[in-house]
Amino acid sequence: MSDVIKTDALIVGAGPVGLFAVFELGLLDIKCHLVDILPKIGGQCAELYPEKPIYDIPGFPSVTGQGLIDNLLKQIEPFNPEFHLSEMVASVESMGTATAPLFRVMTDAGTEFETKSLIIAAGGGSFQPKKPPIPEIETYEEKSVFYAVRRMEELRGCDVLIVGGGDSALDWTLNLQPIARRVTLMHRRDEFRAAPHSVEQMRSLVADGKMDLRIGQVTGLRGDNGLLSSAICRGSDNSAFDINCDAMLPFFGLTMKLGPIADWGLSLSENLVPVDTERFETSTPGIFAIGDINTYPGKLKLILSGFHEGALAAQRVYRYVYPDKRLTFQYTTSSSSLQKKLGVEG
Amino acid sequence: MAKLQFVDFGGTARMVEAPNGSTVMEAAIKNAVPGIEAECGGACACATCHVYIDDAWQAIVGPPTSMEEDMLDFAYDVRPNSRLSCQIKVTDQLDGLILHTPEHQA
Repeated sequence: MSDVIKTDALIVGAGPVGLFAVFELGLLDIKCHLVDILPKIGGQCAELYPEKPIYDIPGFPSVTGQGLIDNLLKQIEPFNPEFHLSEMVASVESMGTATAPLFRVMTDAGTEFETKSLIIAAGGGSFQPKKPPIPEIETYEEKSVFYAVRRMEELRGCDVLIVGGGDSALDWTLNLQPIARRVTLMHRRDEFRAAPHSVEQMRSLVADGKMDLRIGQVTGLRGDNGLLSSAICRGSDNSAFDINCDAMLPFFGLTMKLGPIADWGLSLSENLVPVDTERFETSTPGIFAIGDINTYPGKLKLILSGFHEGALAAQRVYRYVYPDKRLTFQYTTSSSSLQKKLGVEG
Repeated sequence: MAKLQFVDFGGTARMVEAPNGSTVMEAAIKNAVPGIEAECGGACACATCHVYIDDAWQAIVGPPTSMEEDMLDFAYDVRPNSRLSCQIKVTDQLDGLILHTPEHQA
């Protein structure tokens, strides 16, 4: 077990709102760590619409999702936030008091934090794999049906069925083909959205008889005690056939689920976290919620609202982190101390 | 302007009005039609506004574009009459359109 990371603020979610909160907290000398379930920074902006223009960011007539994230990263660079990607906050335990909050936070990867404030900027929740419509698939999950490959070695010598037509499906087909006993790729149509060079490699492996490609959908599973023996399939021509397999890897993209936030003891309202509009604090002192994940009278799910919410939450976080200091309001245009923090002093 | 009828998985029908030029997804969200999530807000990036076009309307609505077909790979229980409702623009020709929403979006 690694050492506990002590921090002033832990931000859950590295989307635009979580990133800008780093800026507002940084101006107040509050050090941040961020946790995000995705392997990359940027949340929905980077995952769902990196190339789509956004038209309602103040000061930007048009900026793409990825462009906004790149700019925010540049803006928060002076504050050196530390990112913990591909990790999900699994548990939150309160160790402090209402006036001096302290939380012990654990991720699913075993990283442990001790933080004076927790800022939930989780947007629509955590991105989690979509499940295909196959009856009783749950009984096989994590035993022989996997939505992610954690250790390739476990699939050595197995008959592996990979389902899907995107980059994840094709990448794992190519990665596992050399070590699996046999790889079968199944997709609902004979066209693939994955990168063309991966598709070419896959097709040449099929042509050489080194793997199988089947067009159709999996409709059922056969096996015992969660261990697969075969998948029941329907071809695009409605033919029925079975594919023998020890493991199935469905790759149908990601969807957003509230996830473990529901278990952190906060009051929730229809999968959103209610906050006050002065501090954007939840029912638990020291835990804040900003951006799409929160709700209050008049709430608008706009990135710009999340920026505002982060700025106000930061003021309250300061009181917890520096209880004995007085906070004087300053502008970045004129305050030499703020400019020093930003590394732009005249 | 077109009247659209959404039939949910349990068979309940809901009628909504949609202005020309808007999308079927927008009409569903504006009228709180259950069974349409539209996580990405209409960017053809999430496949959670998936609908089945009623048989009688398939020829009029037409097939998905190739970008939409790519995104349908990520939809739940895709069938030959699957479309993403954010990619269907409302016109007078769609007046009376019947759409079926799937059991789940994801």
